Amino acid sequence: MEFYDWLLFLHVFTAFSLVSALVVFWFVAVAARNVDRPVESLRFFRIAKPANVLVVIGTIGTLVFGVWLAIDADAYHPWDGWVLIALALWLVAAGTGQRGGQTYAEAAKLAARLDGEGRGDQPSEELRVRLQDRRAMWLNIISSLAVVLILVDMIYKPGA
Amino acid sequence: MSLVVSIRPDDWNFPLLLHIVGAALLVGGLVTAVIALLLGWNRESAWYSRLGFRALVFIALPAWFVMRIGAQWIYSKEGFTGDDEPGWLGIGYLTADLGGILLLLSIILTGLGVRQLGRGGRETSVLARIGSVIAVLVLLAYIVAVWAMSGKPD
Repeated sequence: MEFYDWLLFLHVFTAFSLVSALVVFWFVAVAARNVDRPVESLRFFRIAKPANVLVVIGTIGTLVFGVWLAIDADAYHPWDGWVLIALALWLVAAGTGQRGGQTYAEAAKLAARLDGEGRGDQPSEELRVRLQDRRAMWLNIISSLAVVLILVDMIYKPGA
Repeated sequence: MSLVVSIRPDDWNFPLLLHIVGAALLVGGLVTAVIALLLGWNRESAWYSRLGFRALVFIALPAWFVMRIGAQWIYSKEGFTGDDEPGWLGIGYLTADLGGILLLLSIILTGLGVRQLGRGGRETSVLARIGSVIAVLVLLAYIVAVWAMSGKPD
């Protein structure tokens, strides 16, 4: 395997980490949608915790190794149209994903606080509202769509 | 490698997209299941095992079919005859098909374990734990497949 092949593997591996994190987040978001008891929501947040690490590895890794690949490969350049499209989509995915995730992070803090106060088994309207936040849901939909479009862009390479 | 990618015919793109989307969702489904199943080793086994089982059935299994159909489609377009197949393709086939059988085994064992736990009176299930270990092995096998498919070692 040449250096380029290792770079490509690391780029694809980090992309898989990013998609895996999104799958975990969506699975938890859908399954926990009607949850209003802190103790129950905390179970879901425990599943999402390792995905927080994966999303950081995936977001940073895809960018770093992707740009490195574009510099290293003779056939491509960082200023190629499809590379610039991918970078723009990456910004959209990272920005909306980070904002959407904030709502769930706040919900996790709220659930932990309520549980700490001994109210873990009592339904919380505030928690339910945060878990069903439509703005956060839309931000996550936009973020996931941007990731899908990056994948389409990477394969079809328009203009290359 | 870069030359091969740059001259790939346009009609290979959709099968490749299907293959990669399926593979990414498969790994994502396995990651979700493995996290839930491993959490179930130490606490609330019935709840976490049920969630892990659902991730295997509703995400990993359908994604495996998407990945495998995409793989066969792109294989048919690349025109391999069986004699000139590169090593990475063999790794891909082995991990995809053996991984598929192990995935099915993991689903069956985890499902039986969830059923045992659902009947009550049990804190843990050996079957669910064996299913968890197999799910971890399948995930590791697919990481090797990602390496073989992207790095394409000779």
